[in-house]
Amino acid sequence: MIWNEQIEYLPPEKMERLQSERLRKLVKYVLNNSIFYRNLFKEAGISARDIKHISDLKKLPFTRKADLRDNYPFQMFCVPLREVVEIHASSGTTGNPTVVAYTKNDIKLWSEVMARTLAIAGATPDDIVQNAYGYGLFTGGLGVHYGALELGASVIPMSSGGTKRQLKIMRDFKSTVLTCTPSYALFMAEEAREMDINPRESSLRIGVLGAEPWSDGLRREIEAAWGMTALDVYGLSEIIGPGVAQECPEKTGLHIYSDVFFPEVIDPETGEPVEEGEDGELVITTLTKEAIPLIRYRIGDIVNINYERCSCGRTLPRISKIKGRTDDMLIIRGINVFPSQIESVLLEVEGAQPHYLLVVDRVKGLDTLEIQVEVGEEVFSDEIRKLQQLSEKIKKEIESVLALSVEVKLVEPKTIERSMGKAKRVIDKRKK
Amino acid sequence: MKVQQLSIFLENRAGRLAEVTELLGKAEINIRALSLADTSDFGILRVVVNKPEKAVRILEENGFTVAGTEVLVVEIDDKPGGLARVLKILNARDINVEYMYAFMEKLTDRALLIFRIEDMEGAIELLRDKGIKILTKKEVSSI
Repeated sequence: MIWNEQIEYLPPEKMERLQSERLRKLVKYVLNNSIFYRNLFKEAGISARDIKHISDLKKLPFTRKADLRDNYPFQMFCVPLREVVEIHASSGTTGNPTVVAYTKNDIKLWSEVMARTLAIAGATPDDIVQNAYGYGLFTGGLGVHYGALELGASVIPMSSGGTKRQLKIMRDFKSTVLTCTPSYALFMAEEAREMDINPRESSLRIGVLGAEPWSDGLRREIEAAWGMTALDVYGLSEIIGPGVAQECPEKTGLHIYSDVFFPEVIDPETGEPVEEGEDGELVITTLTKEAIPLIRYRIGDIVNINYERCSCGRTLPRISKIKGRTDDMLIIRGINVFPSQIESVLLEVEGAQPHYLLVVDRVKGLDTLEIQVEVGEEVFSDEIRKLQQLSEKIKKEIESVLALSVEVKLVEPKTIERSMGKAKRVIDKRKK
Repeated sequence: MKVQQLSIFLENRAGRLAEVTELLGKAEINIRALSLADTSDFGILRVVVNKPEKAVRILEENGFTVAGTEVLVVEIDDKPGGLARVLKILNARDINVEYMYAFMEKLTDRALLIFRIEDMEGAIELLRDKGIKILTKKEVSSI
């Protein structure tokens, strides 16, 4: 099923015209409504007259995550608060969360791109969508929800967790589409087998899985476990939430909705575009968003892009699966984690420069994060009880900052490898 | 009266205790008393040695976290009720023992116990009043 045939099959020349027209409007819109962009363009010496065609986009400066943080909470808004109908926030890198907001039209846009997403994956109004993305400040749950409503499918708002109940509802309601993180899809299959339920006998036919990077190897495992087609969904809160790009059953990349989220792939060092098919940092401009439009937003995900028409017939360009990050961000159970967040908690608790190591692993399909903290003289105590209290305090503080359960292990000094004076902070055992 | 005890942070993994003792042995440091308190993840090794300054230097050079703690080495009768008598005295004055362990060797026919006590001064005075012998630093290093 194709949700928006006109857009998804639009010939490239027409798409370019649409994008150019939208970009011209966007530039005028932010100059009129955003103090941030007015200043940014002024500094760069750019006026609305300089931007005529989508290819002029590269004249505009980049927007970075730090800009969102610096303008916390509402200074990035281009509309008065009374026009905002929904606000989300993701955990911030250093203290303040990243705020995202939607007008009524933004919610319509989100519903539209998520309806496209579910349809590209193969869902129809006849499907029962079991939505096991978290509902709440995390955009995953509500994004899928709006898309399923728009598509006309039946959505079960399960949210994440409660695996036994998930499996019972799945069996009793005969869910046909599962939306969650890929690691949770695999975990659910293992739990099902432990409950003597054969996951292959479920009614699931499609998994729309994302919010964390995953490999083709994991796809094969999930598909074999459930007997369904597992497809990758891409998105991030700052742009809209889920619904930026979706893989079709051809499995040759994720169709990105370039009519509304214009993609560029750049060399993260120079900021210049890379050749088609080459790896680089994904940069997106939201062409039609109202509450917080973003111009050339540097996402930090490494992808490549393919502008060829897909064998599914769509002309929407395709981005590859995420190949890495330009920074040290980790995605654990769908939650973005920066080592600096953990470092600042440790600094506060210990009162000294901490030495620590993050060990990320996947146990029974679920991501785990162990934080190894070196016990130096500043925190060492002769009493076991005090050390246990220290470890417990670190655990609680980190869990409240990350909204993620973690394990804390106290280790001897110099256990953690130091290379060239700079410590290696992360061991990710999940990778292949 | 007070004797320096060394506390060493150890991860709970195989061979770690052996490494510490080997390190001290090579430096000709004699372990007089030893106790190990542990949890599932880590432990604290507490030792009284004949050359504490040297021991600290060597352990720190080898990357261990070491803390010095003052303890009392108390001589008690090596017969039933010997320890109970000392504890009773401390208890009567509400002096709290954080932990204690025994010496390996004996000076006489009496047993030597190590006490870590919050109120060290109070304990010293009290035990001396009751005629219980507390060993000096010199006596301990000559054992």
